[in-house]
Amino acid sequence: MIIHTTTFLSGFEFPWDMSLIPEYFPVFYKPALMTLQITTFGILMGLILGLFAALLRISKFKILSAPARAYIWAIRGTPLLLQLLFIYFGLVNVVDIPRIPAAIIALGIHNGAYIAEIFRGSILAVDRGQREAAYSLGMTPWLAMKRIILPQAFKRSVPPLGNQFIIALKDSSLASAASVPELLLQARQLGSSTFSYMEMLFIAGIYYLIMTTALTFMVGRLEKRLSISDHRV
Amino acid sequence: MIEIKKLSKWYGKLQVLKDINLSVAEKEVVVIIGASGSGKSTLLRCINFLEKPQKGSITIDGTLIDPKGKNLHLIRQEVGMVFQHFNLFPHKTVMGNVIEGLTQVKKVPFEEAEKEGKLLLEKVGLLDKADSYPSVISGGQKQRVAIARALAMNPKIMLFDEPTSALDPELVGGVLEVMQELAKEGMTMVVVTHEMGFAKEVADRVIYMDEGVIIEEGTPEDIFDNPKQERTKEFLSQIL
Repeated sequence: MIIHTTTFLSGFEFPWDMSLIPEYFPVFYKPALMTLQITTFGILMGLILGLFAALLRISKFKILSAPARAYIWAIRGTPLLLQLLFIYFGLVNVVDIPRIPAAIIALGIHNGAYIAEIFRGSILAVDRGQREAAYSLGMTPWLAMKRIILPQAFKRSVPPLGNQFIIALKDSSLASAASVPELLLQARQLGSSTFSYMEMLFIAGIYYLIMTTALTFMVGRLEKRLSISDHRV
Repeated sequence: MIEIKKLSKWYGKLQVLKDINLSVAEKEVVVIIGASGSGKSTLLRCINFLEKPQKGSITIDGTLIDPKGKNLHLIRQEVGMVFQHFNLFPHKTVMGNVIEGLTQVKKVPFEEAEKEGKLLLEKVGLLDKADSYPSVISGGQKQRVAIARALAMNPKIMLFDEPTSALDPELVGGVLEVMQELAKEGMTMVVVTHEMGFAKEVADRVIYMDEGVIIEEGTPEDIFDNPKQERTKEFLSQIL
C-alpha cells in the first residue's frame, strides 16, 4: 500500500510550465488596458443612465416611471452576454456598431439598470424630514432633489456602487464574445496557440485581481473621504 | 397674517382635522396644546402645505395657497418652520445649513449670505460652531441652528412643531430662550408644544385641540386658570 502511493507520487509531474507566466505577462498589458477602457466608459455610461432611470422611476407620474420600470425589468431579466450579442450581431442590419463601442454600450446599458436601483434605494433611504426641511425653505422639488437629497443619496450609494463596478470589470470579459481584444480573449487566443491554456488564464486572472483590488481600495478611500460629516471631530 | 377656513384633512378614512377655522394676527404668538393624536401637528404642517388638506382654504399674508401648488414654494419662503427632529442637512456645516436658503432660493451672493449667517448664528449663540457639522453638536444646539436656518429667509411667520420634544431636559431652556426672544421682537409665531411654562409666559393666545377640533381658545390665563370646557380641564389636570 505504502509502496503504491510512493509510486503514484513519484510518477506525478507538475503539469504546467510556470516559466511561461513571467514570459507572457507583459503581453497582457495592452489587453488589460482595453478591459480597463471598456469598463470605465461602460460604468460612466451606466452612471448617467442609472441616475436618469432612477429619477424617472421614482416619479409619481406614470408616463415617466413606466419606461424606467420597463428598462430595468428587461435588462435585469436577460443575460449581459445576450444583450452584448444583441447590440453587436443583432442590430447589424440596422446599424453596424464596431465591436468596442458595442461592448461599451452593452456594459453601459446593463449596468445602468443595476445602478438605477442602487440610486433609487439610496434616494428613498434619505429621511423624509430632509425633503420637508428643504421645502420649508421654499425650495422647489427639483432644487431640493439636487441640493439636499441627491448629495446624501450619492454618499449612501458608494458602497453598493463599488460592488457594482467590480462586477462590471469582471463582466467586461464577456466582450471577448464580440472579439474585443481584452484580457480574456487574449488568454484564450494565446492559450490555443501555445497549448498552454492554464498559464494564460492564470496571467489574465492576476491582471483581474490587480484591477479589482485597486478598485476596492479606491472605493474605500472615497467612502472614507465622504464620511467626514459623520465623524465626531 | 394667517387665515385658515374650514380646513379638513383625512388620512384614509380617519378624519384628523375637522372643519378648523383659525386666524393669526400679525405679531401674535399662538400656542397649540393637546394630547398626541389631537391633530395639532397636522394643523401646523398644513399651514405650509407639508400636509395637503382635502378641504378648506389657507391664506398667508393675503395670498391664498393654491392647492395645486403653483405658488407653494413662494409662500413657503415667507413661512419658516422648525421641526421636532431638527432636520438639519447633515452634509452641510452649521453655516452651510443657515445660508442654504439664502444662496440657493433667494440667490444671495455667498459673501453677503455668510455675513447674514454670522449675525444669525451670533443671535442663537452658536457663532463658534459655524464650521462644525451637525453630527458633532448637541440636540439643543441643532435646534438653535435650525431656528437660525429658518430665520435666514427673513420669514413673516415662524412655525414650531414640538421644537423641544426631542431634547434632553437640560437643553430645552436654551431653545425656549431663543424662541422667547423672537416673540419679543414681534415675530408672528404658531407653536405646537408641551411646554406649558412657555405657553403661559409667551403666548398671546392658547388653543386646546382634541380629536381634530379646536375645543377651546383664549389667553393663557383663560385656558390655564379658568378653562371652560370639561375636556380642557381634564387634559390640564393630567399634565400640570
